[in-house]
Amino acid sequence: MAIYTIHINEETKSVTADEATPLLWVIREQLGLMGTKYGCGIGQCGACTIHVNGIPVKSCTLPIDAVGDGQKITTIEGLSEDNSHPLQKAWITAQVPQCGYCQSGQIMQAATLLENNPTPSKSEIKQHMNGNLCRCGTYLRIIKAIEIASGKKELTTL
Amino acid sequence: MNTSRRDFIKSSAGVALVIGATGGITQLFSCQNAVTAAAQVKKIPLTAWVFLAANGAITIYNPAAEMGQGSMTALPVIFAEEMDADWNKVQVEFSPQDSENYGSPGWGNRKIQMTVGSRTVSTYYNMLRQVGAQARYVLLYSAAEHWQVPIAELTTKPSLVIHEKSGQKISYGDLVPLLKVPESIVEIPDNQLKDPADFRLIGKDIPRIDIAEKVDGSAKFAMDIQLPNTLYGMIERGRIHGAKPTLTNEMAIRALDGFVELVVLDYGIGVIANTITKAMAIKKELKITWSKEKATGFNSQAAYANYAKVAVGKGESKVVTNKGDFKKAYKKAAKTYTVDFKNDYVYHAQMEPLNGLAKVSEDGKNIEIWIGHQQSPSLQTAVSKATAIDLANIKVNLCYLGGGLGRRSMTDYLVETALLAKAVPGKPVKMMWTREDDLQYGMYRPLSLQRLQASTDAKGNLTGFAHTIIGDGDRLLASGINNDHYNIPNQLGELKIVPAGIRLKHWRGVGHGPNKFAIECMIDEIAIDQGKDPVAFRRQLMQDSPRALATLEKAATMAKWGEALPEKRAKGVAFLERSGTLSTGICEISLDETTGKIKVHHFWTANDCGVVVQPDNASAQLEGGIIMGMSSVFKEQLTIKDGQAEQSNFHDYQLLRMEDVPDSIENVFIASSEAPKGVGESGTPLVAGAVANAFAALTGKRLRHLPFTPERVLAVLNA
Ligand code: FES
Ligand code: FES
Repeated sequence: MAIYTIHINEETKSVTADEATPLLWVIREQLGLMGTKYGCGIGQCGACTIHVNGIPVKSCTLPIDAVGDGQKITTIEGLSEDNSHPLQKAWITAQVPQCGYCQSGQIMQAATLLENNPTPSKSEIKQHMNGNLCRCGTYLRIIKAIEIASGKKELTTL
Repeated sequence: MNTSRRDFIKSSAGVALVIGATGGITQLFSCQNAVTAAAQVKKIPLTAWVFLAANGAITIYNPAAEMGQGSMTALPVIFAEEMDADWNKVQVEFSPQDSENYGSPGWGNRKIQMTVGSRTVSTYYNMLRQVGAQARYVLLYSAAEHWQVPIAELTTKPSLVIHEKSGQKISYGDLVPLLKVPESIVEIPDNQLKDPADFRLIGKDIPRIDIAEKVDGSAKFAMDIQLPNTLYGMIERGRIHGAKPTLTNEMAIRALDGFVELVVLDYGIGVIANTITKAMAIKKELKITWSKEKATGFNSQAAYANYAKVAVGKGESKVVTNKGDFKKAYKKAAKTYTVDFKNDYVYHAQMEPLNGLAKVSEDGKNIEIWIGHQQSPSLQTAVSKATAIDLANIKVNLCYLGGGLGRRSMTDYLVETALLAKAVPGKPVKMMWTREDDLQYGMYRPLSLQRLQASTDAKGNLTGFAHTIIGDGDRLLASGINNDHYNIPNQLGELKIVPAGIRLKHWRGVGHGPNKFAIECMIDEIAIDQGKDPVAFRRQLMQDSPRALATLEKAATMAKWGEALPEKRAKGVAFLERSGTLSTGICEISLDETTGKIKVHHFWTANDCGVVVQPDNASAQLEGGIIMGMSSVFKEQLTIKDGQAEQSNFHDYQLLRMEDVPDSIENVFIASSEAPKGVGESGTPLVAGAVANAFAALTGKRLRHLPFTPERVLAVLNA
């Protein structure tokens, strides 16, 4: 057990955990931020995707011990206060989620794409999003939502 | 609380309108706020469908589970339509889990709250229209009493009662303190329900109620519920179905850091620990010997050879469908066909692994549970049986489901949650399955061998069609074996059951997947052999089924069937009926001949599913269903060796990823005023047949074993 200070969603928190504890469980069970999900625990599904210094990371395979003091963590709860991130708006317009379980991870993954490439092509979207599984099969709507957010598709009201 | 029929407490805060589900008895009771209202709703022996607040806010109670299929929106839309509620004022909450009061009448002579088989909208449609109309009637009646005018002179607009003659109007909210219950409320006759042509909500695209919270991460799945001082439970279950455990290192386990309690089950050993990682770690340390069971020694891929023997053997068969005289037709045929199809096991892979949260009171007499469940005739009964806690003291809170797909219709994980919590009264226990648990202790869509036989006359008309399914799983195997929409005079469908001891379960359309694959490929194969176009051949067969034919014609038009294609592309068609919906699907594919990888470029479907309550959502269900179908057709393969699943997580049980999606999926619904049919499972079983038929059009070769992995495709190609 050790005490860790982490910077998450613009707040600084202190947690006590075993060195090997995946950040996912610290975020969920200790900090109570439940938007980040557990799907596989081995980096295969992307349900647990968060940002560490703006880079998408699968939090299920990142031990708390590997999170340095200077690192800035963002979860879905920290993406916007009120669903106002362009991707969140586009996700609502395109009515993307079905069961919804994978969607926090999808949105967090997509957000880092637009940061670096505001108008990605379809194949760039696919490549960037390929690590995030959706069993409900919402992939086509995810692509559509990313295109809406990047201005490639018109915002149509449903 | 006042539940008498004539009198009710007037309140400026709001009233719950309580309507007997079968009509006839209406009650109102007032409540100071929604929380006490909800409590009252649960106490009274009638069904509260709606809570009306004086500020005009309308809460509609949704009786069905929400696992992504959108019933959280679709069912309230049906109610609100007939109530003539202003949708902007509507909010939705889950109803209590109480089949007697909130069950749908679509289950023979029982009322059940159960979200399975794409039946939610179809089984609740008439009932919710009726109670919605009764709610409107109470509002009309109260306004008529208030204004002292004949009720027949009143009309409504969204959340507004209007008396045209005197120019008076009053909002539903303002009516709250004036509400009166009619002496008796009769069933509103069908002809007084709204004319579908006047629907404002049904058939329009209403954004889903649950989307916003699924986009900001606040939607609550059972795993997300937090209670103070929660403990964590995990169970090590036998890798072989039914195997009984003997724990050989109990002392050592009890001494481990974080250990709280041990729970011995028939089929596994449960551990409770103070953190989730400790629970996982302790679970790994369990040393267990397991009993031998039926599945011990069973190898899935070797089963086919045995099944082929069973197919021709004299063993008992269960006749599922029998029309005319197939044997005679076969004997008299100008030409006969016999073809075998195979399908491996597939796993649900719902994104949220099974889990639940429960707390038993200190005295052990009460339990409260949070769970994502497809419901069952009585969740409470299952818990009561296992824990001996009184039915009345069991409270089940339904949460969102991170996917159901059939797996969450079982009560095993609900009971496990309750049993672990019971071991530590006073403390909440979050019971979790790891992905590995979920996969390896899964319940799979059955593996089967299907022998199809057919006969044609001298003109090439189909005279007989027989379908024998060999495998384990009984009715799971049988779904989709019927061909009611093809005019084939002699048909036989039968099962030959070979028990394997593997856990099996419904899986989005279950038997329809393998069966429609086999049937649609067989039809195609015969068409081609007879020198006929596959669509034209089906057109002929559908002459007596205009609804089916309309989907075929529409899909053919959408896909520009018969028109020239880009080089190295081909199209394939498949038809099916599922949960009353008729669908034709056409896909366009290409093939990488070096890797054996098939690419689906486009998928078109035309569907007749009666009235479509939420068209965009119904289309989303088809899109998702087709993606899941592609996933199962190209990627998913669960193999069993010595009774145990050989795969363990998404690295070796692969799902379709974004790189493999088609460029487009287009779905059209044939206009209809018939009551709605189910649509959630129609997309998935269309894929295998359409793809295999397109592959045959492209290569002249036939894919007959699901999944079509690149290795299998290459083997067929190079055979
Ligand atoms: S839970 Fe982290 S990638 Fe699946
Ligand atoms: S929306 Fe259900 S898994 Fe993606």
